[in-house]
Amino acid sequence: MSGIKVRHLVKVYRVHEKPHGLRASVRSLFRRTYKQVRAVDGISFDIEPGEMVGFLGPNGAGKTTTLKILSGLIYPTTGTAEVLGFVPWQRRNAYRRQFSLLMGQKNQLWWDLPASESFRLHQAIYGIEERQFARVCGELTALLKVTDLVNQPVRELSLGERMKMELIAALLHSPRVLFLDEPTIGLDVVAQSNIRRCLRDYNRDNQVTIVLTSHYMRDIEALCDRVLVINHGRLIHDGPLSDIVSRFATSKLLTLRFLDGVWPAGLESFGEVVTANPPMVTLRVPREAIARTTAQFLQEFDVADINVEEPPIEEVIGQMFAASPAPHNETRDA
Amino acid sequence: MRKYRTVFMVALADRLVYRVDFFVSTFLMFIPIVTTVLLWRAIYSGAGGENIGGLNYSDMVSYYLLVMVVRAFGSMPRLASTVASDIRDGELRKYLLQPISYLGYQGTLRLAHKIIYFIMAAAPYALVFWICRRFLPAWPDGGTLCLCVVSLVLAGAIGFFINALIGLLGFWFLEIASFLHLFMTVQYFLSGHMFPLALLPASVRTVISYLPFAYETYYPTLVLLQRTEMASAVEVIGVQAVWVTVLAIVTRVAWSRGLRRYAAFGG
Repeated sequence: MSGIKVRHLVKVYRVHEKPHGLRASVRSLFRRTYKQVRAVDGISFDIEPGEMVGFLGPNGAGKTTTLKILSGLIYPTTGTAEVLGFVPWQRRNAYRRQFSLLMGQKNQLWWDLPASESFRLHQAIYGIEERQFARVCGELTALLKVTDLVNQPVRELSLGERMKMELIAALLHSPRVLFLDEPTIGLDVVAQSNIRRCLRDYNRDNQVTIVLTSHYMRDIEALCDRVLVINHGRLIHDGPLSDIVSRFATSKLLTLRFLDGVWPAGLESFGEVVTANPPMVTLRVPREAIARTTAQFLQEFDVADINVEEPPIEEVIGQMFAASPAPHNETRDA
Repeated sequence: MRKYRTVFMVALADRLVYRVDFFVSTFLMFIPIVTTVLLWRAIYSGAGGENIGGLNYSDMVSYYLLVMVVRAFGSMPRLASTVASDIRDGELRKYLLQPISYLGYQGTLRLAHKIIYFIMAAAPYALVFWICRRFLPAWPDGGTLCLCVVSLVLAGAIGFFINALIGLLGFWFLEIASFLHLFMTVQYFLSGHMFPLALLPASVRTVISYLPFAYETYYPTLVLLQRTEMASAVEVIGVQAVWVTVLAIVTRVAWSRGLRRYAAFGG
């Protein structure tokens, strides 16, 4: 069984630089300047069949570009990739029958027709047997609670309902690999959690490989055992989400409750005050100083309660992106 | 093949959503023809009712009426702009992801649109043609009718490939609207949609006969007019078939080249 194998993948976009101002615009009619943007800059990783992996990274980090290469929409500049033993950009029908790419911001369904018609179309395009089609369709509509809506024109559905239909369409041909680009974008909390649950169950029951990008940390936390963190086109972390905190967090949060609401002066000398609601105060304390600081507090002050926490993962990742330097990944040519 | 049949059926259903729009637009289509006919009536009465370029007044009216029929096959409304915008807006990606050919899909869609159109437009056409029956040639015999149908279908194929090719320019140019506008104007003239090409000097006609446009409108219309003294129907069909083949090959090459470019640049 082969999953996904990516080696030294590089994608350089050649982007026309549009200058500001009339004079520069006229000049660019004759002499165009291009910018080479390294969207993906030498990424390598392996994903086993049945794994659920999250891609994490700020906008423009190269997540979507990588997914596009893996689904055969674009060619890489250099490097190799293999999915299920196929080279994606050859776009063999045999490959295209075995994966789906679902983009939260794009729709696949026919706008004016009920989703059921689009499902029929998928059935024909992918050559899905009637029995399998009826079973999968019935299961998924029930799982996502949209059985009553499949005969309504798609344009009359809410964003969340439409996204569920998109997800069903993406799963109809029982793909072995599923690429999801921001599948829960713009959805309310309930719809997000429905989609998450569906994906988790689907992954468990069918052993599909799922690669997911999301801006919502909850999606990644709930679904992915492993995350690939990408910034400036480079892989900066590959491992469990929890490792990110221990590896990259430079501080811990220390919350103290003081007896009788006594408010000792000079708290700032122990660390940055994050919140202060008497009698509670939360301090950000450097990781290496946490044991010493805690002991000091217990000795010197009347502390009723003390709590040491890891900072929220969003914050750690934010710091991590800020800390990883932008390589010189833009060059100009005329 | 089954997938294209289903695309066809779904496209039929999709079209039927807009049936009122269809009906109205079919009737509106006949308005410009009235003004054209009135214009030619004035021209003919000015010319003393004689032949112009070998055509008398009633030939001219029947030419315009039959051009409408040929255009119903050959015109591909919004095909070029749809292809170009699918490329530009990234809609193309959904077809690249699925095991289906994009142009095969577009072709099937057009076929469905045409069939719905013929069903919807049959009544208005019959009415207009009945009113103008004295201008029209006699109803063709079986053999001629077959030739007419073949020529019309080939006109449709030529129209499809020309428009698809213009749309595929979207791979190389971000915006094709002005180019498309220019092309429509040139085609309106060169295809014989504007006026019968017989009115042009022989030298110009020779040049035009080396281009595909006249085989999309002018020559098929002559076949329908049964004016075989101007061009033998079989000969017209032969040249049409050659054009369909050439255009299909060029379209295929443009598609695969463009796709490489698209895929290399992103989208």
